Amino acid sequence: MDTKKYVIRQISIFSENRPGRLAAIAHALGEEKINILAFSIAEANGFGVVRALVDHPEKAHDKLLSLGFNIAFTDVIAVHMKDQPGGLYEVAKILGDAGINIEYSYAYSGKEGAVLILRVDQVEDAIKRIKNSGATLLERSVFH
Amino acid sequence: MVCWDPRIEAMPKEELKRMQYKLLKSLVYRLYSFSPFYHDRMKEQKVHPDDIRELADVHKLPFMFKRDLRDNYPDKIFTATQDELVRYHVSSGTTGKPTVVGYTQNDLHTWTTSLARGLTSVGLGRGDVIQVSYGYGLFTGGLGMHYGAERIGATVLPTSVGNTERQIELMQDLGATAIACTPSYLLHIGEVAAKMGVDIKKDTNLRTGILGAEPWTEGMRNRIQDWLGIRAYDIYGTSELSGPMFTECSEQKGFHIWSDIALVEIIDPKTGETLEPGEKGELTITILQKEALPMIRYRIGDITSMEEDTCSCGRTHPRIQRIQGRVDDMLIIRGINVFPSQIEFALMAIPEVGEHFQIVVERKGALDDMLVRVELNKESFSDKINDIMKVRQKVEHRLRNSLNVNVDVELVEPGSLPRFEGKSKKVIDKRAM
Repeated sequence: MDTKKYVIRQISIFSENRPGRLAAIAHALGEEKINILAFSIAEANGFGVVRALVDHPEKAHDKLLSLGFNIAFTDVIAVHMKDQPGGLYEVAKILGDAGINIEYSYAYSGKEGAVLILRVDQVEDAIKRIKNSGATLLERSVFH
Repeated sequence: MVCWDPRIEAMPKEELKRMQYKLLKSLVYRLYSFSPFYHDRMKEQKVHPDDIRELADVHKLPFMFKRDLRDNYPDKIFTATQDELVRYHVSSGTTGKPTVVGYTQNDLHTWTTSLARGLTSVGLGRGDVIQVSYGYGLFTGGLGMHYGAERIGATVLPTSVGNTERQIELMQDLGATAIACTPSYLLHIGEVAAKMGVDIKKDTNLRTGILGAEPWTEGMRNRIQDWLGIRAYDIYGTSELSGPMFTECSEQKGFHIWSDIALVEIIDPKTGETLEPGEKGELTITILQKEALPMIRYRIGDITSMEEDTCSCGRTHPRIQRIQGRVDDMLIIRGINVFPSQIEFALMAIPEVGEHFQIVVERKGALDDMLVRVELNKESFSDKINDIMKVRQKVEHRLRNSLNVNVDVELVEPGSLPRFEGKSKKVIDKRAM
C-alpha cells in the first residue's frame, strides 16, 4: 500500500505565550498568500506551539524562518469522521486497539464533514490500520 | 556596656593602631617568606616587608581579588597544609569554579571570637536561645553563627533554612529569644506565622534578630521591628573573610570591625586610592589574623563608607555603614551570591539553548524569585510540548546545581532577547527594598 500519499506536512511553530505572537505568525502567512486549512495552539507555562496545515508548507516554513521563528515540519494524518455522536470514538478505537499512541490531535468540521488530524507515534502503521478498518483517510493533495 | 573582650573592645585608638601595625608587619613578613603567591605579588608591586614602617604604609601593598581565589582553585594559595586544616567552606565563584576557604583551629577561634563580641554587643548571652535559620553546610552562615552563639553560652536551636511551620513551632515551644537568618526569610517567617494564627510579638519570646547575608534597608528594619516586636541587627561577612563576622552593636550605627582582626580601608574602585572616613567607596579588608587563607587588601566589591569616631556604645573600633551596592554585577538571591557569569557558564554547556540570557529578579511575598529567560535553539525545537518541557527542566536543573539556588526558566524565541554591545544589561532587578 502506498502510505506516502496520506502523510501530510504540518508546520509547527514555537511561540512565546504573550500578546501579538499569533498575529505576527498569521500576518506573515497572509502576506505570502498562504491559506491556513486547520490549526491549533498547545500551550504550556510561558510558551506555546502553534500547529497548522497550510496550502504551501514550504513557503510558510521559509517565510517564518526568515522572520526568526523556530519552525519545524511534522508528519500527521487526517481522517474523515462521521459528524455525529460516536464519530470520534470510531477513529480513536482503531488506533487504541492497534496500540498506536496519539501524541496530540485536533479537528475541524467543514462542508464535507468532520476531519480529525492526528499526530501519532507510528505513522505508517496508523495509516494501514485505519485503511484496513474501512475509515477514510484524506490524501495529502487535499491540503497541498 | 557589656563586652566579651572589654580590654580590646574599648582600647584607646592609638593603642589599637599600634597593635594593628605589629600584626600587619608580622603578617607581611610571614607571607613574603612563606607564600609564593604573596611573594610574587609584592615583588611585582616592588614592595618589600621592610617598606612597611607605619600602619598607613598598607597602601603600598598589592590588592587581592576574587579572581585570585578562582585562578588558584582550590587551595593553591592556602598557607596551611591540609593536616593543619579543620574545616572547608565553599561558596560560589564568578564562573563554574567555586571559591574554597580553609580554616585552621586558630582561624575558627578568631572567627568565633569576632562573633562572640558582636552577639554580646547586642545584649545576647547565657540564657538566650538563638535559633540559627541560616543554611548549614558549605555556606558559612549556619555553622558560623552556630559556633559564635555557643561561644557566648547561649543555647543554639539549629533549625537551618526551610520547613518554616516547624521553625515557628520550635520557636514557640523552646522559647527562642533570638533568630539569625536573612531579613527576607524573617519576613517570610512572620507571614507564615500569621497564617498559622501565631503573633510573633505576643506568642513568642523572640526579641532579637541577627539579620544579614543580603542587602536590606532602614525601611525594612523599621518594618521588621514594628511588626515582629524585636530589635533587628545587621551582620556582615563573606566567606573569604571567614563568614558572618561583624555585627552592629545595640546602638544600630553600623558594623564594628574589630581592629585586632581586620584592617579596613575604603578605596576608590577606579583609582585604588584610599578615601577619607565618611566617603563612599569599595570595602577593602586585610585580615590580620588568619592562618590558612590570609587576605591582604582583599577587594570584596561591596560599596560602603567608614566611621572612625568612638561609637556611643563606648567601643573604639571603626564602623562601616550598611552595604549600599556592588562594584560588579553580583546578585544576592535568598542570601546566596549569584554572578551572571555563572549562568552564562552553565548555559554554554547546554546545547539545546543559546548563550544569550536575561535574569529577572522579583520579590514574591517575602522571598526572592529568580527567572532566567533563555532562547530555545532551532535544532532542539519539537512540535511536542513534552519535549520542550524536558529542555526547560534540564536547564532549570543545571542552573540550580551550579548556583545552589532555585531558578525558574522561561524559554523564549530565538533572537528575541536583547543583544548589547560591551557590558550587557542582563539583569532586571524588580525587588523593592
